[in-house]
Amino acid sequence: MHAQAPALRDPRLNRPEPFTPPLGDGDFFQRDRSMHPPAHAPGYKSSVLRSPRQALLSLENSVSEITGPVFGHNDLGPFDNDLIRNYAKDGDPVGERIIVHGRVLNETGRGVPNTLVEFWQANAGGRYRHKKDTYLAPIDPNFGGCGRALTDDTGYYYFRTVKPGPYPWRNYVNSWRPAHIHFSVFGSGFAQRLITQMYFEGDPLIPVCPILTTIPDKDALERLVAPLDLNASTPFDSLAYRFDIVLRGQRSTYFENRTAGN
Amino acid sequence: MPQPLNYLKETASQTAGPYVHIGLIPAMAGFDIFEKNFCNVLVTPNTQGERITLEGRVIDGSGTPLRDVLLEIWQANAAGRYNHPADRSTGALDEEFRGWGRAGSDFESGLVTFETIKPGAIIDKTGRKGAPHINVWIVARGINIGLNTRLYFSDEAAANAADPVLNLIEQPVRRSTLIAKRSERAGKIVYSFTIHLQGPEETVFFDV
Repeated sequence: MHAQAPALRDPRLNRPEPFTPPLGDGDFFQRDRSMHPPAHAPGYKSSVLRSPRQALLSLENSVSEITGPVFGHNDLGPFDNDLIRNYAKDGDPVGERIIVHGRVLNETGRGVPNTLVEFWQANAGGRYRHKKDTYLAPIDPNFGGCGRALTDDTGYYYFRTVKPGPYPWRNYVNSWRPAHIHFSVFGSGFAQRLITQMYFEGDPLIPVCPILTTIPDKDALERLVAPLDLNASTPFDSLAYRFDIVLRGQRSTYFENRTAGN
Repeated sequence: MPQPLNYLKETASQTAGPYVHIGLIPAMAGFDIFEKNFCNVLVTPNTQGERITLEGRVIDGSGTPLRDVLLEIWQANAAGRYNHPADRSTGALDEEFRGWGRAGSDFESGLVTFETIKPGAIIDKTGRKGAPHINVWIVARGINIGLNTRLYFSDEAAANAADPVLNLIEQPVRRSTLIAKRSERAGKIVYSFTIHLQGPEETVFFDV
């Protein structure tokens, strides 16, 4: 045997079933880029000058990628996940009251606990509270449009808001964004970092959106569309939509022999 | 048909859009909402290590700085230890240093700045030493999936020459796209960087 050959590794550690190894210590599964939009997607015109043209350099995960920032409840305020209340000045914001809830999972199906989820959106008229947004729909004085939550031990998160409106934007002269909520998710390591957008079941703008249709895989696209979840609604108060988010899977190094310096 | 493997698939990325500030840096969008905010200052008065300012721009394919870009950085502390349980190296943890920050570019100049400390050298899981570096993640309108790169330090020439990641870059000329240049300004240490999204000086981006 070659002196430098690495020890044979139990393959169950790479495919953590039927084990349930602890989260947060191994390499991430290689990212499946076919699930994502390409950097250069000419139908979304802003991507043309902002897309790298060289091949990405593939990097085996080092400690720099499998680690990432850790957040706690001390980082958040008590109303951060209630967009109906967290900016209200003299009443509730205008719009359809909704609950958005789901789990942050990894590709092995395990919940990702205690991870920070941030979300932002336009108001019910399709206007963002942002100094660079000049759309003619009015600002809602009682709506900020952002919030955040930490997932619980099972990866579950939830928040309350009003359903955002669609809005026009400069891509083609008559391009409209479907109603959507932006999501930012951390995971346990910096290589899991993800920003995405959640859309709403039944929105007729979905198939004609130049941003959404940058995703080449039809199933991957449809996984961004949250179904109405009547069972989670609050009768006489709020409808609910369900949105699960899947981050890259993670291997375990739990039983691996460690080399010096580790 | 073979048995199905039943892995889930990663959720598709989407652009952060032009209004990313609302969600991640609301003060830049022009309003105040959270009691506690994340920002571009990673240090407290008690953080260990050499104070540095990281300063730079992200440039598009026409040579124009992005003025709506958001950067996050993730780094080890002055002892080379990440504040995360998966780092099992022996350097001391610093309770006063999370090692993470985010910054939006200035709406006029495109300048991005961080106030942090210079990290120590990293001991990797294989026992190899890595040159001090800062991990960078870039999102913006027009960027469909966050871009990962690293910043190394110009005054660490020997460590950089031995760094296993820098040495993976086939063309030595491209390694220099990851080196931030050290200078001193009004008694402060400044490391300057330019990230080119395209063109002959395109920065090396990683598939991590």
